[in-house]
Amino acid sequence: MFERGSSIDVRGIGRHTIESVLRLGYAARFFAMTVMHSGTSFRRPRLIIRELYYSGVLSLIIILVSGLFVGMVLGFQGYQTLKTYGSESALGVLVALSLVRELGPVVSALLFASRAGSAMTAEIGLMKTTEQLSAMEMMAVDPIARVVAPRFWAGVISMPLLAALFSAMGVYGGYLIGVVLIGVDEGSFWSQMQSAVDFREDVVNGVIKSFVFGIAVTWIALFEGYDAPPTAEGVSGATTRTVVTSSLAILGLDFILTAFMFRGV
Amino acid sequence: MASENLVEISGVSYSYDQRHPVLTGIDMVIPRGKVVAIMGISGSGKTTLLRLIGGVMMPTRGRVTVDGELTHELDRDGLFRLRRRMGLLFQFGALFTDLSVYDNVAFQMREHTDLPAEMINDMVMMKLHAVGLRGAHRLMPAELSGGMARRVALARAIALDPKLIMYDEPFTGLDPISLGVIRNLVRKLNDALGSTSIVVTHDVQEALDIVDYVYYLSEGVMVAHGTPADMRASKDPLVHQFVWGEADGPVAYQYPSRKFSEELELV
Repeated sequence: MFERGSSIDVRGIGRHTIESVLRLGYAARFFAMTVMHSGTSFRRPRLIIRELYYSGVLSLIIILVSGLFVGMVLGFQGYQTLKTYGSESALGVLVALSLVRELGPVVSALLFASRAGSAMTAEIGLMKTTEQLSAMEMMAVDPIARVVAPRFWAGVISMPLLAALFSAMGVYGGYLIGVVLIGVDEGSFWSQMQSAVDFREDVVNGVIKSFVFGIAVTWIALFEGYDAPPTAEGVSGATTRTVVTSSLAILGLDFILTAFMFRGV
Repeated sequence: MASENLVEISGVSYSYDQRHPVLTGIDMVIPRGKVVAIMGISGSGKTTLLRLIGGVMMPTRGRVTVDGELTHELDRDGLFRLRRRMGLLFQFGALFTDLSVYDNVAFQMREHTDLPAEMINDMVMMKLHAVGLRGAHRLMPAELSGGMARRVALARAIALDPKLIMYDEPFTGLDPISLGVIRNLVRKLNDALGSTSIVVTHDVQEALDIVDYVYYLSEGVMVAHGTPADMRASKDPLVHQFVWGEADGPVAYQYPSRKFSEELELV
């Protein structure tokens, strides 16, 4: 049907598809290898603690400041809308639920991908470019166990903690605007929040989300770095792909997880 | 009883695909205790040969035996056990940039042994002393000059007293003083540690002064081998051009191209 030289590049499409599927398979294998070679990381927790500092502690500033501002904006916008229906006292509920269910896990994961994910990709990509990973192989040390796995677990551990801190700061931001600035009743702000936010339905589901995002972002970031062509252009391309792919993955996974958690009530 | 050759390569060919062979029919032995050079111009397959000996790549055909073990028969654990007996100096050092000089040299000792910190400290200081950089142990790799980085990498490569030390282009891009230091270290360390060394290089004069034997590769084929004196006296046009650094000869100055007059559209 399509002859040689026809305007539709069937070969190109085919090649591109095969390459994409192959890369996906390679990424899956990389994930399996990372999990299988995690023993070293748990036997030597210092390796994970060091990475927790780089991916978790160093992301704190951006997470806390963003959380505060998102909460403050929610305070303004929520108050504006709720006032129309005369239910300003429910501001605390609105702020807390929006943050704990959605904004906390999603926004902090997006920030984590661009702050810590891109750094992981660039670091591992450059280690590969400067032959540090090959040197490790030649010294009979497995780079997956020594370099990749500790970073993976550090990412998976720090993501839910960062999301929780983001939400906490957001609630405080909403309080500052709603109660301190606008003058919503403090008692109803906190008590309504306390009675409306369910631990199992809201908090735990939010933590599950951020845990899944943590796995996805860290996996993508590490794989892109490990698979980056060993050139300056290759590493910069991989870093960009990390941010784009993980952002899309976060939004896609958020939709799927929310659909499951919603249960059609 | 252990064979007198640490490395034996017989009939080895390697290619990424059918049409582009990188190495063809290589036979080579590296006797224990000797310093052997593998020479050839860039792209002649020298580094590939080093990777085959290190078990990073497997030969398409033929056998590579290192310390009595056939590399292609080893699984990953076996290869790792074999590599603990080897040290490789990468062309640009490949130091771990997030670790200090001290931690770079201590890396393998910490990964592969349960030695107490005091003993590791003594060993690291001995290795750094051997390359003249004991005083630089607190520096980070980014603070080192090219020559110093190469020496630290050398100290790291010999951290566990390997039986086989491999050098990938150890003289490239060094100033004359650093170059002299590295050149002498290659010989001294080999003799002091009782190791065997393979130096992959295209720096002819530096290498010929210190090695015991030379293998010369061209386009993936072994074209000559002999002692440094044999190489200097060789009448083989390829070897002669290489040893004396002549611009034109069997290895053409120009990359294959169409006629110059055609390129300039003069005809």
